[in-house]
Amino acid sequence: MIRMAAALACLVVAIALQVGRDRVYPRHDHETQQLLYVRSPQALGRIVLGFDALAADVYWIRAIQHYGGDRLEGNGRRRYELLYPLLDLTTSLDPYFNIAYRFGAIFLSEASPGGPGRPDQAVTLLRKGLAVQPNKWQYYYDIAFVHYWALRDPVAAATWFRRAAEQPGAPNWLMPVAAAMLTQGSDRASARFLWQQMRGADQEWLRRRAQHALQQIDALDQIDRLNAIVAETPKLPREPYTWAWLARARGFNGVPVDPSGTPYELDPVTGLVTAAESSILFPLPKPVEPHR
Amino acid sequence: MPAPENSVRAVSHIALNVYRESVRDRVPYNLVLFAVLLIGSSYLLAQLTAGQDVKIIKDLGLAATSLFGLFIAVFIGIGLVSKEVERRSIYTILSKPISRPQFIMGKYAGLVLTLAVNVAVMAAALYAVLAYMTWMESADFKAAWDTPGVDPALLKALFLIFIELMLVTAIAVFFSTFSTPILSAALTFGFYIAGNFNADLRNFEQVVRSPAAAWLARALYHVLPDLSAFDVKTQVVHGLPVSAGYIWSTAAYGAAYIAALLLAATVVFSRRDFK
Repeated sequence: MIRMAAALACLVVAIALQVGRDRVYPRHDHETQQLLYVRSPQALGRIVLGFDALAADVYWIRAIQHYGGDRLEGNGRRRYELLYPLLDLTTSLDPYFNIAYRFGAIFLSEASPGGPGRPDQAVTLLRKGLAVQPNKWQYYYDIAFVHYWALRDPVAAATWFRRAAEQPGAPNWLMPVAAAMLTQGSDRASARFLWQQMRGADQEWLRRRAQHALQQIDALDQIDRLNAIVAETPKLPREPYTWAWLARARGFNGVPVDPSGTPYELDPVTGLVTAAESSILFPLPKPVEPHR
Repeated sequence: MPAPENSVRAVSHIALNVYRESVRDRVPYNLVLFAVLLIGSSYLLAQLTAGQDVKIIKDLGLAATSLFGLFIAVFIGIGLVSKEVERRSIYTILSKPISRPQFIMGKYAGLVLTLAVNVAVMAAALYAVLAYMTWMESADFKAAWDTPGVDPALLKALFLIFIELMLVTAIAVFFSTFSTPILSAALTFGFYIAGNFNADLRNFEQVVRSPAAAWLARALYHVLPDLSAFDVKTQVVHGLPVSAGYIWSTAAYGAAYIAALLLAATVVFSRRDFK
């Protein structure tokens, strides 16, 4: 009993020493986390013997941690350098890891600072998935989406939507989307329709991402309306553009807020309404160039 | 020539003793560790994996079943014969109406029984955790899974894992008939690793020019145990088809290889001089 108590006491002392050391000599674990010791999927496949799927899970968790960690990093270190190598390793170890392809593509194509802004890598990852499962309409759809939303290329998007529609089990709304893409190409209504389809996805994360994008589109509409109101509202020369001025002139009740509840910003010189950097919706997507 | 029923009785006596000894050696403790690992993981993974917790629990459960079984098979298997020789209890056993082949078969059957109990309990624990996770999740969430949470197809992977463990046990028993425990462990792990790379040997001729080297690789492919064939974990977890024909032909391959190893073990052990 005394020995057991002594052992516990020693453990407590060890923990106290560890806590003290970490306070006095803080370790820079972030630098360590930025290392990827094995980058070759083939080599890793050999090392893990028959436990490829479990190793893929570990790399998937690491990819999520890396993405989330860099996204939350507040000091401008959002680099996402390891995101593609981690996803490549994950999908090489487990070539049927559907979510790694689909979420991975969304992570990769997300524009900075929310992501690395690498739609090219997103397409490469999804093409890798198609090499394993050539009839997976969801991968075609995701490639189309990356072309439409991130690469701003409605023609390529239409081609991929059409190919998605041709796959067995594809939903029947895909072909009209491809047609709409080719005719009107870039309007917000098409984008809203696509994200609304995504909102019905079976993955909670995708549904949340779709909700976020729909709020961004709503914000773009609101900003357009606000900019039109600002332009139409008479103003004295040299008077700065302010919400107080607009409220007086147009009878606004308070500062207009975006769909996330964050007030919009009004440039006092140009009168341009924008989403605040503090808003979760920032940065708003750039408009897609119309297809001609 | 002993009567067949006497042989079966002798083998089953030895097998039961091996099983009891493994229980005395606290081998079942690994089952507690397995259960804690699964339950703890199921809670932690839900926070970390973006909705992939059930897939990962399946991967983890199958990998842990395979790994825990491998350690039991190797570390108990290598001592099955050599321990009796070291303790000199082999003299007492062989002075009874038990032949040397019966002794080897009994030892092997005992360890296989231990592994069967382990794999069965681990499978039950895995299904229990999966059933709990399935029960806790909403219908929307479950719609995203490749396969049902409590998927009977997991039994296909568990069955082939068990056959693989039987094969590894036979390798360990074979080496333990003529080698020291440390060397037996090294050789068994060596065979395990080589067996997992075996599929590469089949394609060796595509990367070498020498016909002799290609022939040697092809020969090694057939002689070494093809352990990678027993791995259907990924297919089962993703709901991909694994045909009954594949499972039974792989199991038959395992049975034939085990028979070869046990026969070789009995030949080696029969020739050993314990004086």
